Amino acid sequence: MGLELYLDLLSQPCRAVYIFAKKNGIPFQLRTVELLKGQHYTDSFAQVNSLRKVPALKDGDFTLAESVAILLYLSRKYKTPDHWYPQDLRARARVDEYLSWQHTALRSCCTRALWQKMMFPVVLGQPVPQETLSSTLADLDSCLQLLEDRFLRDQDFITGSQISVADLMAIEELMHPVGAGCQVFENRPKLAKWRQRVEAVVGEDLFREAHTVILKVKDTPPLDPAVKELLHSVRSLLQ
Amino acid sequence: MGLELYLDLLSQPCRAIYIFAKKNGIPFQLRTVELLKGQHLSDAFAQVNPLKKVPALKDGDFTLSESVAILLYLFHKYKVPDYWYPQDLQARARVDEYLAWQHTALRRNCLRALWHKVMLPVVMGEQISSELLAATLAELDVTLQVLEDKFLQDKAFLVGPQISLADLVAITELMHPVGAGCQVFEGRPKLAAWYRRVEAAVGEDLFREAHEVILKVKDTPPADPTVKQKLMPGVLAMIR
Repeated sequence: MGLELYLDLLSQPCRAVYIFAKKNGIPFQLRTVELLKGQHYTDSFAQVNSLRKVPALKDGDFTLAESVAILLYLSRKYKTPDHWYPQDLRARARVDEYLSWQHTALRSCCTRALWQKMMFPVVLGQPVPQETLSSTLADLDSCLQLLEDRFLRDQDFITGSQISVADLMAIEELMHPVGAGCQVFENRPKLAKWRQRVEAVVGEDLFREAHTVILKVKDTPPLDPAVKELLHSVRSLLQ
Repeated sequence: MGLELYLDLLSQPCRAIYIFAKKNGIPFQLRTVELLKGQHLSDAFAQVNPLKKVPALKDGDFTLSESVAILLYLFHKYKVPDYWYPQDLQARARVDEYLAWQHTALRRNCLRALWHKVMLPVVMGEQISSELLAATLAELDVTLQVLEDKFLQDKAFLVGPQISLADLVAITELMHPVGAGCQVFEGRPKLAAWYRRVEAAVGEDLFREAHEVILKVKDTPPADPTVKQKLMPGVLAMIR
């Protein structure tokens, strides 16, 4: 059994891993773990990732969690082109800096934006107070400003003139509120142009394929009550 | 001007960087940024890190934020022993996995434990309900179990037989609730034994020096109202 990637394209970091592997021609078996069916809570998946989260990787008897760790592992094992995770000390530091920052910044507001605008009201049938949603969208706005001012600046990509794993992680975060119907790129021409550049490098077909799930998320049918119970951990996303 | 490290040893990630640089004999100028005096909010410091956080690094005209990025930069630039971030593909992936996981797990729970138990009530004069504190300490407990069961398991250190960046980042986190008076290692002999090994690998003197500030944190005097006002928005965002 070769490389297996346990993914749900509903999840931002899963999309980044999916695009990275496909773009670089890395051979893998896709193991879909449907979050909205609670499949990440099964005992069999716990064998792959005891943290019960996606993405997860299994390479022979080696299992690995955490998208950043998975991306770096794949870049090293499959010797992907240098620009994805540059050897240059300073360029690499910039990628590391972004990959570290995003955990508690962009990831948090993009996840909350999707869940509070779309998933709770539409899929879970649970209304979200207007103040909560407004506050989240304000946070998202600040994060997007930071992404532009601190990370992207006047460069073509986050680390400079070439795309890296930082750009993949970032674009996937932004596609989350896009899937929820937020106008992320309108009134942000700098980000819109960066998105076009990222999409061009990734390739339109692969980009479209990776986003089929998130862009149709508003059509998700209401969840089975038993599954709703299982998804208790998402309650923290109501804050 | 050589390497400058902007640190406050009150902060867990700053302690990890301090220990790493000192242990490996990396020459640097220490630039202390006193968080409880709001020094991280100054215009001068914003030149170093516009995100207004510590730790931050300045190396000539190159500035860098985020402790994980800083540790990796120092590792690659100064050619320190391999065990800190092993060349082996899988061992290195385990360090990356820990360093990624900890942001929203151990880091978050250790911060909340310190701020809910000591900093908010004692220093900021903000009452914290006993239910909130209990919930925070319960979450910390769950995270400590994950640290033992998923990461440490039966190994000497988090990633294998030798200390790595993961252990340094983890131990400095745990010293936060320790400084707050939480009995983190009681009833956790596996973690306690690991703690002793990490301390021995770092060196007792350096470990003590790095933790002087956090171990006296309960004696911090109440904050001046103007300072408190400046600090509170950032604090609340940090511990959310």
